[in-house]
Amino acid sequence: MRTATGDTQTIVLFGGTSEIGLAIVAALITPATRHIVLAGRNLDACTEAAATLNAPQGCHTHVVAWDATAPHAHQDCIDTIVDLIGDLDVVIMAAGVLGTQAHFDTHPDDAGRAVVANMAGPLTTLTATAQQMRTQQHGHLVVLSSVAGIRVRAANHVYGATKAGLDAYAQGLADHLAATDVHVTVVRPGFVHGRMTNGMKPAPFATTPDKVAADTIKAIRTQQRIVHSPNILRWVFLALRHLPVTLWRRIPG
Amino acid sequence: MTVPSGGGVERLSGWGRTSPVWCSVRDVADVDGVRSVVASVGGRGVVARGVGRSYGDAAQNSGGDVVRLTGDGIVLDPVSGVVTVDAGVTLDALLRVVVPNGWFVPVTPGTRFVTVGGAIAADVHGKNHHRDGSFGGWVRSMDVVLASGDQVTVSPSSDADMFWATVGGMGLTGVIVSASVQLIPVTSSRMLVSTRRFDGLDALMASMVERDAEFRYSVAWVDATVSGRRLGRGVVTWGEHASPADLSGRAAIDPLGYAPSQRIGVPGVVGRVGVVRRWNAAAFSEAWFRKAPVSRDGEVQSIPAFFHPLDGVANWNRVYGRRGFVQYQFVVPDDAADTVRTVLERVVASRPADFLNVLKRFGPRGDGMLSFPMPGWTLTVDLPVVDGLNRLLHALDDLVLNAGGRVYLAKDAQTTPAMIAASYPRLNEWRTVRDRVDPNRVFHSDLARRLEL
Repeated sequence: MRTATGDTQTIVLFGGTSEIGLAIVAALITPATRHIVLAGRNLDACTEAAATLNAPQGCHTHVVAWDATAPHAHQDCIDTIVDLIGDLDVVIMAAGVLGTQAHFDTHPDDAGRAVVANMAGPLTTLTATAQQMRTQQHGHLVVLSSVAGIRVRAANHVYGATKAGLDAYAQGLADHLAATDVHVTVVRPGFVHGRMTNGMKPAPFATTPDKVAADTIKAIRTQQRIVHSPNILRWVFLALRHLPVTLWRRIPG
Repeated sequence: MTVPSGGGVERLSGWGRTSPVWCSVRDVADVDGVRSVVASVGGRGVVARGVGRSYGDAAQNSGGDVVRLTGDGIVLDPVSGVVTVDAGVTLDALLRVVVPNGWFVPVTPGTRFVTVGGAIAADVHGKNHHRDGSFGGWVRSMDVVLASGDQVTVSPSSDADMFWATVGGMGLTGVIVSASVQLIPVTSSRMLVSTRRFDGLDALMASMVERDAEFRYSVAWVDATVSGRRLGRGVVTWGEHASPADLSGRAAIDPLGYAPSQRIGVPGVVGRVGVVRRWNAAAFSEAWFRKAPVSRDGEVQSIPAFFHPLDGVANWNRVYGRRGFVQYQFVVPDDAADTVRTVLERVVASRPADFLNVLKRFGPRGDGMLSFPMPGWTLTVDLPVVDGLNRLLHALDDLVLNAGGRVYLAKDAQTTPAMIAASYPRLNEWRTVRDRVDPNRVFHSDLARRLEL
């Protein structure tokens, strides 16, 4: 349950080793936190990640097997988590793979798998989670999208397309749940320094997982539907989205 | 969530307005109605709700059912002063019937807009706790609908465990549908009040220790906007029921006349923005302190003026604005009286927009397993929700716990399961009874979920 000051008692992270996801979990932790669930494919890595969280006294940390690319198991996974911790207060969907466009160009089957990992899998879990939250009549879903999905760039158009799809789904879900006390926040970070982008040349307005987490926490508190991190990207991509295609194609990268 | 007939989906919160949730609400007139709600309850359970005056999340059930009892039966035995009353009847309605007959409720909290069922479920206390204990101690028997749908009459002699698990049990053992309560005799509807003003906390607390035994009723207002030497300055009021000989003028003609006046209200728009700010809370506190006499005895006051001053303003909870407020109430034993000072210092240092703070001495504890009062000091502070309030409240919880104290479930909306488990020594005993009468958790509330009761 939420407390009077909006603190959350239970936090679930899908994509349990995601740096941004873990940063959001860390920022959500208060003395009121009772349960943290890290759900992912690599249980050892999730366990390791759980140890880095500064969980308060009396807070239980759980690691649960969850594979984005196995959507048939997602409903059972949600049921398991609810049995384990009760009501779901905040659920963060942070699963995703970046991949390289060059690889996808020559491995179309991997491109299809990326769609499952980044969109179809998360969508399955989010749908099941939303249903649980409707039953509870409270809860907050945080969906990690990306500015890459606002206007899909040639350089990573498979990744961009998966994020565009997830982003659109999450917005529709938010509208679907508008009359309830279940809230959805879509987070659109720009270039985030971290494991996923290691060795890549930073894009303008590059940010860090902690900064994305801080923006996300604020958005949760104010029940903001879409948050760009950093916020300037909202205006940058508003402009880019309306750029004529001849100019858009000339943007390097 | 299914929408049942005879009710609808409503957004409910406690009086503090902090955590509103959607519940499926059913108004029922009698025991059969309660039974049908219990029989058709969904997976989220059901909890009874009175008029929603508990401050936190005790009488709400997110995504589940809430049952309100509309029965208005009041049967007074004019000889013994035992009244048999439907659980949904408010103390306001009860007082209007019994006071003109020379009886008064044995315990009233700071508002008369609580139901009898709620008063038992929260085992409420009043200004006479140091002498008369809490509400549950005056309940002779009660009718409760259990999770099985059976209606049982429980009393301290028939099923003591169930009785004392239900007194203070926050509605989680069953639905109280009616109760027989011993009233106290009065010969007038007026109070004789003594007032003393003190410039600091030590003198104020010393006066309460010294003089409480002389009076049936006692309470202090303390200022939470001043620090240093003036920390905890405040006004103590003591009272007794007046006798007709104490009255003059119109009151003397009809000593038992009782007709609380029409109330003014706070409009809804205030609830969106709030009107209490640090500066006006400080100004109010200053004025309230200055207005009080340094010393006055024998003042005649009406029952509402003495017991229920805030009831004169409908929806006063709106003054704190959209995010609501937490009414933090704790008790610490006598030997930890300095914790009252420490907590007050922390509150003052946080500079809240707060003007209502009440200090009171509790007498012996009652038999309710989850009842709040224990011998010692109880302090109540209103804290509007602002960023960082969670840290302050957890810090206060730690102080209270270390002092051997606890917080009041009927007001809580913020504490942790660990705090409750550590400070309510009879919690497991209560759970044993609850598991016996409600193994499947038919009775459930947001409070129960949050605190893992």
